Amino acid sequence: MAVRVQEADFDVGAELAALRAGDARIGALASFVGLVRDINDGAGVSEMTLEHYPGMTEKALEAIVAEAQGRWDIYGALVIHRVGPLKPCDQIVLVAVTSAHRGEAFAACEFIMDYLKTRAPFWKRETTPDGARWVDAREADDSAAARWQATDS
Amino acid sequence: MSVKILYFAGLREALGMAGESVDLPAGVATVGALRDWLAGQGRERLAGTKSLRCAVNQEMAGPEAAVRDGDEVAFFPPVTGG
Repeated sequence: MAVRVQEADFDVGAELAALRAGDARIGALASFVGLVRDINDGAGVSEMTLEHYPGMTEKALEAIVAEAQGRWDIYGALVIHRVGPLKPCDQIVLVAVTSAHRGEAFAACEFIMDYLKTRAPFWKRETTPDGARWVDAREADDSAAARWQATDS
Repeated sequence: MSVKILYFAGLREALGMAGESVDLPAGVATVGALRDWLAGQGRERLAGTKSLRCAVNQEMAGPEAAVRDGDEVAFFPPVTGG
C-alpha cells in the first residue's frame, strides 16, 4: 500500500506494472486517473493550482487506503496525487487497486476516490478569463462518499 | 497555553497569512471556542464562513474537539482534490 503526493507527473503504465509485478494471486487491477479539464462551472480554465496540507494529506490518504483494506479483500493499492501548477489535459490523480477478482478491485478503487474527494486536504484554484478562483466543493461529492456509509450496516 | 494555527486555501488568502502561534486564555479549550476567540481577535473571516472545516494535529475535528497545549490546529474550506 503506498500513497505519494508530488509535483511531478506519473507514468500510469509503469505504476500499474509495478503494482502487480510478480504477484500471481492478482486476477484484477482496477485504476482511475483524474485529469484537468479546460472548463468548469461554465468558465474556461487555462491553469489550475493544487494546494495541500503537507503531513495531513499523506495521513488522510493512508487512512482511506487502510479503510479500503478493511472493507475489501485487496492485495495492493496505490494513490498518487499531484500538487502545484497544472494545465488542462494534465493528470491530477491515480488510484489503483489489485485483488483476486474484479468486484473487489472496482469497489475499493471507487471508494478510495470518493473518500479522497471529501477527506483529503487538497484545494484547487483555477485560472479563468475572469481571474483566479478557488473551486467550490460539490454536494455530489458528499453524496458519493455518503453512499459507502449507507451500506455499512 | 500555546497552539499553532494554520490556514489554507481561500481562508489563508482572505486572512493574508498561512498561520500563527497564539497564546490562549483560560477557557478556550475546544475547536469551537478557539474559532470564536480567533474571530474576536480580528480574524472575522473565521466567524463568517459557514462550511469551515478544522483539523487538530492533522486529524479532522468537529467544534467539540479538545484543544490542548502544543496542538496544531488547522482551519480550511471544504476540500476539493481529486
